[in-house]
Amino acid sequence: MIGLAFLAQTIRIAMPYLFASAGGVLSERSGLIALGLEGYMLTGAFCAAVGSFYSHSPWVGVIAGVAGGAAFALLYALCAIRYKADQVVVGVAINLLAVGLTRFFLRFIFGSSSNSPRVSGFSVAETGSGFVALAHNPLIWLGALTIPAVAWLLYRTPFGLRIRAVGEHPGAALSVGVPVARVQWLAVALSGAIAGLGGAYLALDQHQFTDGMTAGRGFIALAAIIFGRWDPPRIGLACLLFAAAEALQIQLQGASRIPTQFIEMIPYLLTIIALAGVVGRAVPPAALGKTDE
Amino acid sequence: MSAPLPAATPAGAPPTASRRSRLRVQFEEALLPPVVALLIAALVGDILIITYGQSPGAVYRLLVEGTWGNAYGLGQVLYKTTTLTFTGLSVAIGLRAGLFNIGAESQLAAGGFVAAIVGTLLPAGIPSMLLLPVFIVAAAVGGGLVGGAAGVLKSRWGAHEVITTIMLNFIVLALLNYLTIRYFKVFDTLHTRDIRSGALPRLSAMVAAFHGSAANVVLFLALLAVAVAWWYLFRSRAGYELRAAGLQPRAAEYGGVNVSRVWWQAMMISGAVAGIGGLNFVLGYKHYYEDSFGTGAGFLGIAVALVGRNNPLGVVVAALLFATLSQGGLAVNALVPKQMVEVLQAVVIIAVATSVPEVRRVLRITRKDPAA
Repeated sequence: MIGLAFLAQTIRIAMPYLFASAGGVLSERSGLIALGLEGYMLTGAFCAAVGSFYSHSPWVGVIAGVAGGAAFALLYALCAIRYKADQVVVGVAINLLAVGLTRFFLRFIFGSSSNSPRVSGFSVAETGSGFVALAHNPLIWLGALTIPAVAWLLYRTPFGLRIRAVGEHPGAALSVGVPVARVQWLAVALSGAIAGLGGAYLALDQHQFTDGMTAGRGFIALAAIIFGRWDPPRIGLACLLFAAAEALQIQLQGASRIPTQFIEMIPYLLTIIALAGVVGRAVPPAALGKTDE
Repeated sequence: MSAPLPAATPAGAPPTASRRSRLRVQFEEALLPPVVALLIAALVGDILIITYGQSPGAVYRLLVEGTWGNAYGLGQVLYKTTTLTFTGLSVAIGLRAGLFNIGAESQLAAGGFVAAIVGTLLPAGIPSMLLLPVFIVAAAVGGGLVGGAAGVLKSRWGAHEVITTIMLNFIVLALLNYLTIRYFKVFDTLHTRDIRSGALPRLSAMVAAFHGSAANVVLFLALLAVAVAWWYLFRSRAGYELRAAGLQPRAAEYGGVNVSRVWWQAMMISGAVAGIGGLNFVLGYKHYYEDSFGTGAGFLGIAVALVGRNNPLGVVVAALLFATLSQGGLAVNALVPKQMVEVLQAVVIIAVATSVPEVRRVLRITRKDPAA
């Protein structure tokens, strides 16, 4: 039974990573660094909680979460694509903005500086970690589908081909008539929407929004994208690997000799190793971060 | 966004621009984006304040009174300015070498940690002024190791420093958290024991009005660092090589600069400068290392470098601006949530980052057109 509980926990933990990295890879493959994933998720989580709170329907929450994430991504697109602002700076600022705005409106709407009241979520039973509760959550099924869906979009559709072309060599893409900026706008908007879904999953899974609840998950998703070498199937595996390490730590509780902090480091260490190319080099899209040229 | 710009541009500067008009042009390029950004931030602030049912005038008055209006508030601003000056210089030095150091957050913490551990090991009663160099070296080693790691990863293996510094932030902060909890913490707290020697006086020891505020003499160390950084970047040979590598790495390499060496050295120096910033907390304020004492200061360092145009003197001004906003949040908290200023800080960063390329483009267009 430990095995099943471990598996269920891994899936639960992996969900936000899967959503955020599936979104992020679209942005990155189109040449725009996805540093704002954390911000998209946090906004998505907050909007989902607000939507679900007022409508008592988790689906309204999901839609609100998607809209919130997409709105932040559009702000990023406006700065980085239209005005050619530095992607790293704007990405960092988007995360700060998300923290500030969610805190401000948490106090404005719910009068609290820590968390929202309880909102309706999906899981019928409160059993929490079991497979039954997982299967009742439609977002789990959606999450399982995002990576294959994004892989199909990137590799099997004309739009995906355009995204990849724009991210590798925007000049060449432009010369054969690809509307570079429009492709990038769409890719970034989609990345925000999907990452917002990941935030919505978090808020609805915990039936509330808590301040800073994404807790670095957007950066783990970014790590998964790099560790997965910007290739959706491998990214999915990276998310599962990172989640399994966390789940193992939780399952072992105090029995583990390895301190929690070292388990926390795993995704980041693996990403650095992947980037340094010790075992097969992770090579980013050629035009990543270079909208200014 | 470009609407208020044309009025301030010189109409058709002659091709052989004198030194004075070149300065004027630089001045405009440097000042316009922050001014535009502050206007946008004020507008966003108005919207948030009105949403919250308060009057913008009252809130902004409170913000000014709580920061520059009394000695305690000013002292707190100066304390925050000190840390932000170090992290801002750190990011600026990296950017001058063409490297984006997002790791000031963990470099600051590592510097503070190493300094505090050294401080707890020293015997009591040694004069602080004698020990200051020791602490500077300790903090520089702490921050420099973290920055240098990212630098070596870049020079030796080509790993992009933006990603490695972000990842190192998480790794180093988790490691420091582990070390603090496992080996160094005082029971029931998240901080180490007090340092035994080397504590520096607060400004209130000289100016009584600052009483209660955290401002301390590390502020002067920050100003010294600004002067040294300026000399290093613009007057020393190493600084010239650093800037050359940042502007055109290939041309610099052709000109005899060992670019990969410049890169890891620049990252190490950048990390060391952020690390020294940890002394503001450890030597000047609490006299111990506390887990997550500098949260946010590293990221704001990016904002400070951006607004300060990677110029050490600009960094001080920008640090003062962001420190004022940070402290101002606490001042207005009675009327509107203090998080409003977090929003405003983010808006300033986004607006400056967005308007810098736009301002340059507009200025270039108006200048190239002598008929205008």
